[in-house]
Amino acid sequence: MAGRAASIEPALMTPIPNQTSPVFSQPHLLGIEGLSVSDVLNLLTLAHNYVELSRHGEKKLSVLRGRTQINLFFEASTRTQSSFELAGKRLGADVMNMSVKSSSVSKGETLIDTAVTLNAMNPDLLVIRHASAGAAALLAQKVGCAVINAGDGAHEHPTQALLDALTIIRHKHRVEGLTVAICGDILHSRVARSNILLLQLLGASVRVVAPRPLLPAAIDRWGVQVFSRMEEGLKDCDIVMMLRLQLERMDGAFVPSVREYYRYFGLDEEKLAYAKPDALVMHPGPMNRGVEIASSVADGVQSVIREQVEMGVAVRMAVLDALARNRPVQAETPAPQGGEA
Amino acid sequence: MSARVDFPPSGTPYAYVNAGIVDPSAGLECPGGVVVQNGQIVACGPEVTIDALGDIPHIDASGLLLLPGLVDMRVFTGEPGTEHRETLASASEAAAAGGVTTMIVMPNTDPVIDDVALVDFILRRARDTAIVRVAPMAALTRKLEGKQMTEFGLLQEAGAVALTDGNRAVRSARVFRRILSYARDFDMLVVQHVEEPELATGVMNEGEVSSRLGLPGIPAAAEIIMLERDLRLVELTGARYHAAQISCRTSVELIAQAKARGLPVTCGVSAAHLILNENDIGAYRTFFKLSPPLRTEDDRQALVAGVADGTIDVIVSSHDPEEPDTKRLPFAEAEFGAIGLETMLASVLSLAHRGEVPLSRLVDALSCQPARILGLGIGTLQPGAPADLTLVAPHHSWRVEAQALKSKSKNTPFEHRMLEGCVVQTVVAGHLVFSRQID
Repeated sequence: MAGRAASIEPALMTPIPNQTSPVFSQPHLLGIEGLSVSDVLNLLTLAHNYVELSRHGEKKLSVLRGRTQINLFFEASTRTQSSFELAGKRLGADVMNMSVKSSSVSKGETLIDTAVTLNAMNPDLLVIRHASAGAAALLAQKVGCAVINAGDGAHEHPTQALLDALTIIRHKHRVEGLTVAICGDILHSRVARSNILLLQLLGASVRVVAPRPLLPAAIDRWGVQVFSRMEEGLKDCDIVMMLRLQLERMDGAFVPSVREYYRYFGLDEEKLAYAKPDALVMHPGPMNRGVEIASSVADGVQSVIREQVEMGVAVRMAVLDALARNRPVQAETPAPQGGEA
Repeated sequence: MSARVDFPPSGTPYAYVNAGIVDPSAGLECPGGVVVQNGQIVACGPEVTIDALGDIPHIDASGLLLLPGLVDMRVFTGEPGTEHRETLASASEAAAAGGVTTMIVMPNTDPVIDDVALVDFILRRARDTAIVRVAPMAALTRKLEGKQMTEFGLLQEAGAVALTDGNRAVRSARVFRRILSYARDFDMLVVQHVEEPELATGVMNEGEVSSRLGLPGIPAAAEIIMLERDLRLVELTGARYHAAQISCRTSVELIAQAKARGLPVTCGVSAAHLILNENDIGAYRTFFKLSPPLRTEDDRQALVAGVADGTIDVIVSSHDPEEPDTKRLPFAEAEFGAIGLETMLASVLSLAHRGEVPLSRLVDALSCQPARILGLGIGTLQPGAPADLTLVAPHHSWRVEAQALKSKSKNTPFEHRMLEGCVVQTVVAGHLVFSRQID
């Protein structure tokens, strides 16, 4: 497997000058939309360095010593939440997890109430996941700290797209010119949206493959090629990115049944054979084996699914570090007041 | 109905002179004046000059437009039930500031206006607390559930000027067919929220913008399907039908075709839909979450053209007060609706300034047509009509600041916008109910 610095795309080799200089132009990471290529490459470079550090160096760093990171998860997510938690802790931050599903929100407290309460604790970094599109952006208007979107409804999941890009670059040494097929429930997928934006920003050619009821409106306006057959959509592509299909959407609401979905859209070896022989198989997890992906493919030689998880921690370390660099050392920014919801 | 709002008549005549009179009901658009006595108009036209008035006291309205008072066919308030959002009194203050002299209030209150006693309640509360005329539309179906008809005849006798389920569509074609047949017996106007509920589960217009924002969309087809169905049922029953608000190009075409076939059909559009489009939602701005949703720029242009050529009869504010608790939420969780009484006239005047809609057609859509469709005997400056007047400085610009608006709720989509055209005086039944000093 790749992973050695020498094999990485030259752009990623740019050394980060030192540990405190700004590398990211935004105060928050709310989505891929609006990011510049240099923002993205800087984050990926930083993340690439953190992969090496995590593998070979001292795992506990002090980059975020004295910083407070709150993980505010309105939707259950073991994987993303622990990835952010681990990333913060490796950088020396004080990390607090709030799973709000079971707490005051069920007592009628609104997102903004929760945000204002948390803001009063003066965190530096607020990681939010919420079932509503735009929730992270709304929160960012109301708090004084850096906000990281860890998934907002069907809108964006920027750290997932960044970790996918890092995974791709470490194997293919580039993104530009690659053909990437994103397959499955595009309609409900924030992962698909962020990935389409990021891969296009970095110069990839993006295809989406899905049954029509799982495609968003006006998908043809996104600059992607649309396919409704896996055999055509995967033909000669470099990356096959599978998406999770929620089980409740397979009871006739969007597709008729699991077995029909698997027959036409499940990634098995036969369908994978249409892609390039060295195509990578990716999945943001958690996987439904035997629904959107066959176990033999998920665990096969072309799969980089486990590596994606490792990249996830590194990318989140990079994002936390980059956003913290844009903040004063003594965090005491008051919350902005007013403004339209 | 509206006549129940009694303002004590004043015996002394007075006049406005040197105004720009716009009265589409008489095809009048000329310099002139109006004489008012006992709450009624006694003279109107170019012949009303200072010289002709003799001893009658007059107000010099130089530089101002003088319009028949506006009639807003679609106003939601919170009375009864959610008075903290809006009362009839506070809505009427907002109406007066916006040049609206008659508000038609929707039955979507708690309790629903689906009973004679509740129509009576609205009229009595309005008489006691409101400064403009108020007339209610009563519910088409009990509790707005779309199942059982209300008592159309008794509601009409009590003072309901039309029937509607407000912001809900009657889903069942069978129920709606019977409603139309029965309403015809009383010559009651049936007002429908044209949206197929099964398709309208989203939160904004379905299209590229909704996809990019990751928000569930409402396709234009939701409106088109309901409108097409309703037009078939109108054809079957012959009832008078009014589509409360249309929002897309195809709906304009459907209405035009229905009128060409001679069906007794009219429709409205909100001021917001004539000025704004889906892109104004920007980064999830919930004050732009409306029902029907703001649609594309192409749709907006079709709506403007529909107003200009008269296909769309009426412009409404669709004033819908919402509080921060229901708006300061993630977009998908926020309520639909925006206030609009105070900005309706000023916002659509931009269409006249740009030459997209003739001024007289705007006034027709804001005053004469709603009055005609509802049979209110207002919306005109002709002698004998109630003296409901709106005076406007057409080129005076002002900035919309939510806190300065009179509505109890501040959810305006026009916040911080500059609008050109400002209501200077509003007169109801000969009485000044609003005036504003401008430089």
